[in-house]
Amino acid sequence: MSIFDCALARFRAGGYAIALMSASDHRPGAQIKGGAVFPHRHLTGIGGLQPHEIMFLLDEAEQWVDWNRRHAKSHHPLGGLTQINAFFENSTRTLLSFEIAGKRLGADVVNMHAAQSSVKKGETLIDTAMTLNAMRADVIVIRHMASGAVQLIADKVDCAVLNAGDGSHEHPTQALLDALTIRRRRGSIAGQRVVICGDLLHSRVARSNILALTALAAEVRVCAPSTLMPDAIERMGVTPFTDFDAALDGADVVMMLRLQNERMNGGFIPSTREYHLRYGLTPERLERARPDALIMHPGPMNRGVEITSSVADHPERSAITEQVEMGVAVRMACLDVLTRRARGVEGWA
Amino acid sequence: MSRPLAFLNAELVCPDSGVSTGNLLVRDGAIAATGSIDMPSDAETIDCKGKMLSPAIVDLGVFAIDLDAFHAGGIVRVGLMPDQSPVLDDPGIVQRAALIGKPKLWIHPLAAATQGLAGTDLAEMAINRGAGAKAVATGRRWIADSNVMRKVLAYARDLDLAVVAHAEDGGLAANAVATAGETATRLGLAAAPALAEPLAIARDLMLAEETGARLHLRQVTTEQGFDLVRAAKRRGVRVTCGITPSHLLLSDIAMSDFRTFAHLSPPLRSEADRQAALAALADGTIDVLSSGHDPRGPEEKRLPFVDSAPGAANAELLLALALGFVRDELLPIERLIALISANPARVLGLDAGTLAPGAPADLMLVDRDAPWQIASERMRAKAGNTPFDGLPVQGKVLRLFKGGAALV
Repeated sequence: MSIFDCALARFRAGGYAIALMSASDHRPGAQIKGGAVFPHRHLTGIGGLQPHEIMFLLDEAEQWVDWNRRHAKSHHPLGGLTQINAFFENSTRTLLSFEIAGKRLGADVVNMHAAQSSVKKGETLIDTAMTLNAMRADVIVIRHMASGAVQLIADKVDCAVLNAGDGSHEHPTQALLDALTIRRRRGSIAGQRVVICGDLLHSRVARSNILALTALAAEVRVCAPSTLMPDAIERMGVTPFTDFDAALDGADVVMMLRLQNERMNGGFIPSTREYHLRYGLTPERLERARPDALIMHPGPMNRGVEITSSVADHPERSAITEQVEMGVAVRMACLDVLTRRARGVEGWA
Repeated sequence: MSRPLAFLNAELVCPDSGVSTGNLLVRDGAIAATGSIDMPSDAETIDCKGKMLSPAIVDLGVFAIDLDAFHAGGIVRVGLMPDQSPVLDDPGIVQRAALIGKPKLWIHPLAAATQGLAGTDLAEMAINRGAGAKAVATGRRWIADSNVMRKVLAYARDLDLAVVAHAEDGGLAANAVATAGETATRLGLAAAPALAEPLAIARDLMLAEETGARLHLRQVTTEQGFDLVRAAKRRGVRVTCGITPSHLLLSDIAMSDFRTFAHLSPPLRSEADRQAALAALADGTIDVLSSGHDPRGPEEKRLPFVDSAPGAANAELLLALALGFVRDELLPIERLIALISANPARVLGLDAGTLAPGAPADLMLVDRDAPWQIASERMRAKAGNTPFDGLPVQGKVLRLFKGGAALV
């Protein structure tokens, strides 16, 4: 794909109805009406979603992208509904994104900073879930440090539950916003060579992205030092690399993961400068990827560690701020779709 | 003097003498005779109607005293793990544990090998033996310091006490709740390579060989682990090893959907390791089959997987699950009975686990074919945390006797 094609893809993305017709993407969802297209009560992960269900959420998100860019935001489908953001683990960006998404849709958004709440007083997760349920929330967005914790809560409450990240398990809205960014910028997801590089062992972003991108027929390569590579990762349909240069060869998309501070300096890698030497995305290294390769990062970035500023701020190729924008749209789509049954939307009740 | 007790028309299954049909006479709490014998006229008789009469189960390595579950499962003696509160490392505590179950349940304490199970200082093994301990154990954890483990083995050898060890390399297994593999990767659970087990076994075997101690590896669950034990036995190392039905019947995919009832220690292994365990059961590498009974209520299990306590409450299921291996022709019935009675009794230095005249009349009458379905909510155990919830099984304990006295 040339620079021109890339620009064309962006143009097409503006008129998303055209992008919808991209022949290479699997999308029987377009023909299914109402609730049958997305029969799930919760969004706990990408695992368990069919390819057409993922595409349906992306299509839904497209309209919110345009809507967010217009300034008259008068449509409030979630008016009168209560959205609780229960974050058991600290977060700034994801929490803010969910809060804005809820408020744009007209929901009453309440943030529960569980990291400094009754959980500290020994209340169990189930009790907290029952409490939120008794308060008659209409949708609960949960982030928790333990893998599987969101599913545990989802099984106990009556309203829709949205996973905003559980341990090292899943972060489905991040994968959806990444997929949407790729689809808008590259025109399609199928056939794209996507390289995911960083702390794969502990990354829920990586797991959800692997599930979403492989489901949508992208060619996914994962790259990390062996100390940060999960066992049997190839069983998830990806090709593992320890040599970043080799992984980057011919890449359409380069997705860098954040390296957590506590994992640096001897724990899993010897030092940040050694990590940068082997896995830092520099302009020289980026030469190995396709000339129009897209640069992505879920944020927050460690500039100078996994990514250099000149790459992160690349005017044409970096999609990092666009990912943040897509994040709001994707979360609006998820909140809207998951509350349709409760709201009695025609065809969904 | 109680009346003699006569069992008539039984399928007698004895680890020593095999399978036969006939009668069994109990006098003064001990087995008096078996086979075609003249019954005393004053004997109380039980018509077994061809059902199996065998030594009752000696469950080596339980974590809780759970009388109802044990009796429902045909268990009359247990080897109690030292991981109690307080830890079984003091004669007063050991003696109390040894006495509280009698006469209905004989508890054989496994005293802590190190003080407080901390893995640093030797515990008072001789004094605790005097208080009723039948072996010493490392508890739920491995002793990381090889020097300490060597001293534990050497000292226990002097006392002819078996050392019951948990073999999982502490460094590799530190924060892990699963075995490294596709399931753990997909679930995003902290995992240790299966290698953590053979690494630990290799060291403990070498130390046992050097010191001449008796080593019982409570749970061996990996192919490489079985290979090491098999080779050591050939060399004449005094080693025995055990397993629970969970590792014979389930692989790590049972943890899917974060099912905490499948959170075990050691964690469930790959299907290849499970197959190796079945082969080791068939070829005699495995000596002891135990329940590893560890009841855990919802406050410890209804949590995120990583925060939940490991363990399964399988005492009352052990026999039914184990009979499946006989039905599958993995091993003959008399060998299965050896695995759940005679062999664990031998590790603990007990005279139980046989139908030979003179042995204590610890007996179970079992309908090997009676079908039933495991239901977590209907279990007799203190908690129903079993990964086998819903599984149809066959085999029920009809009657249970300890020293000739009826318990069930």
